[in-house]
Amino acid sequence: MDDFGSTPLRALLGRMGDAVRETHAHRGDATATVDPHRIVDVMRFLRDDDTTRFEMLTDLTAADYPTRDPRFEVIYHLYSIHHNHRLRIKAGVPEMPCQIESIAELWASANWMEREVWDLYGIRFRNHPDLRRILLYEEFEGHPLRKDYAKEHRQPLLGPRN
Amino acid sequence: MAQELLPPEGFERDLHAEHQVLNMGPSHPATHGTVKFLIELDGENIIDIDIQVGYLHRGFEKECESGTWYQAIPYTDRLNYNSAILANTGYCLAVEKLLGLETPERCQWIRTMACEISRLSDHLTRCGAACLEMQAMTPFLYGIEAREMIWDLQEMMCGARVTTNFVRIGGVKHDLPADFGARCRDTVAKVRGLLKDFDDIVTQNRIFVDRLRGTGAIPKELLIQYAVTGPLLRAAGVPLDVRKDEPYLKYAEVDFDVPIGEDGDNYDRYLVCVEEMHQSLRIVEQCLEKLEAIGPGPVNVDDPRVRWPAKGRVFNKMEELIQQFKAVTEGPMVPAGEAYQAIESANGELGFYVVSDGGAVPCKVRCRPPSFINLQPMPHMLRGALLADLIPTFDFINMIGGECDR
Repeated sequence: MDDFGSTPLRALLGRMGDAVRETHAHRGDATATVDPHRIVDVMRFLRDDDTTRFEMLTDLTAADYPTRDPRFEVIYHLYSIHHNHRLRIKAGVPEMPCQIESIAELWASANWMEREVWDLYGIRFRNHPDLRRILLYEEFEGHPLRKDYAKEHRQPLLGPRN
Repeated sequence: MAQELLPPEGFERDLHAEHQVLNMGPSHPATHGTVKFLIELDGENIIDIDIQVGYLHRGFEKECESGTWYQAIPYTDRLNYNSAILANTGYCLAVEKLLGLETPERCQWIRTMACEISRLSDHLTRCGAACLEMQAMTPFLYGIEAREMIWDLQEMMCGARVTTNFVRIGGVKHDLPADFGARCRDTVAKVRGLLKDFDDIVTQNRIFVDRLRGTGAIPKELLIQYAVTGPLLRAAGVPLDVRKDEPYLKYAEVDFDVPIGEDGDNYDRYLVCVEEMHQSLRIVEQCLEKLEAIGPGPVNVDDPRVRWPAKGRVFNKMEELIQQFKAVTEGPMVPAGEAYQAIESANGELGFYVVSDGGAVPCKVRCRPPSFINLQPMPHMLRGALLADLIPTFDFINMIGGECDR
């Protein structure tokens, strides 16, 4: 697989090449799609290795592609202050079982962002310290950013609860 | 390693006292943001805080996924009411990255200037509102007076004061009006004067210093662990600024400094914000000079995918009429792919991750909201502190509900 001249991508392919399934650098953003079962190992390597040294998990989100298999994708954006470089990691998540290992023990910032992905996409993060809904209320049914959740669907929470 | 939420070392709680849970918000007069805190208190000391966000959630991403690429721009206005142009710019730069567009030079200078004007408005509100919430009305009015002038400038620039909708994919709505330069210089001078007044009354004020110094401090390692960016991180001594590290627009060509603090407490955050306002004024002046030097020119990219044909031709030519119709009803067809573009907003790194499947409707528009991410470590800043310290700490985190909850 090509590393497109990106240092972190080269390091990842060199040391954990067997976990990487695909790479691309569309519009200059180095990206690797990795084996979802090894996401924690890959992320730990990227955080701790001197050539990559990603101190920051800048962003964590997901996307829903109903026609693809696996249907969901969890997308991680990493940034290294020391090297001033970025890397995007993606991992596929099937509809059943809709879950992936949490990386909240590696970066504290993952905690709320994983809660948001659970809330809006319904992807469970195994071993997350506190997987509650964050933007919506507990009584909400369904996960609104899934493509099969109709935009017009309303479920207001009315009246005092107590 | 994620930190456990435990009281800091050396913190002793009183014997025989039960913890009290105080419910603060979601609409509280001393916070400028719609957020609920469940505060566990031991007397007046904070043991832990559970932050509940989401009161302003209105489905930003879902709405973006159901309109055209252009129709998402007004939604980005409403992310942060103080700095709409910054969010406009971030979104448009991300879509332009996906389209592979390079905007004309004049447009880039206008955008750079508009971004800094927007940042000023945000910092003025943050510092002014922080004073107001600590019972100081006068500095708040100085700040708001300056913001008012800045909003007048924005009105002159694009016709709206708050929700600007100024930046377009491939350019800006229109060029600056003829007398903008003179008016802008006048405003810059007046804002400098008001900042001086603000500084005189606040920076050395004993009450203000006592409430800010040493409160809300948090080590920089923990901030990085929580991916906190912007003035909060810079106040802790990390000179991280997207404008310097990965220059976009014309930031590589303007001269400005990135102020940093030492202790990372609220007082340092205040000083960093004030210095950033002075730097923004410097950038605005440089942009004005540059705009005058390069003279008139196009402010929109000449690319048939995003350009609207000239009105005269639309009324008289069949092809242009069709092109105009397609441009209005469908907007640009963005080639399939994904792109992430980060800009330095007033609160930190504002990122847009856009995915296209090649059609006229975005497949995904993710906003990386600095307010949401910066709010997460707040319990670490306040454990063991007094309840009163929550107010200035929350003020300088500057959580904006619209952006946090999207």
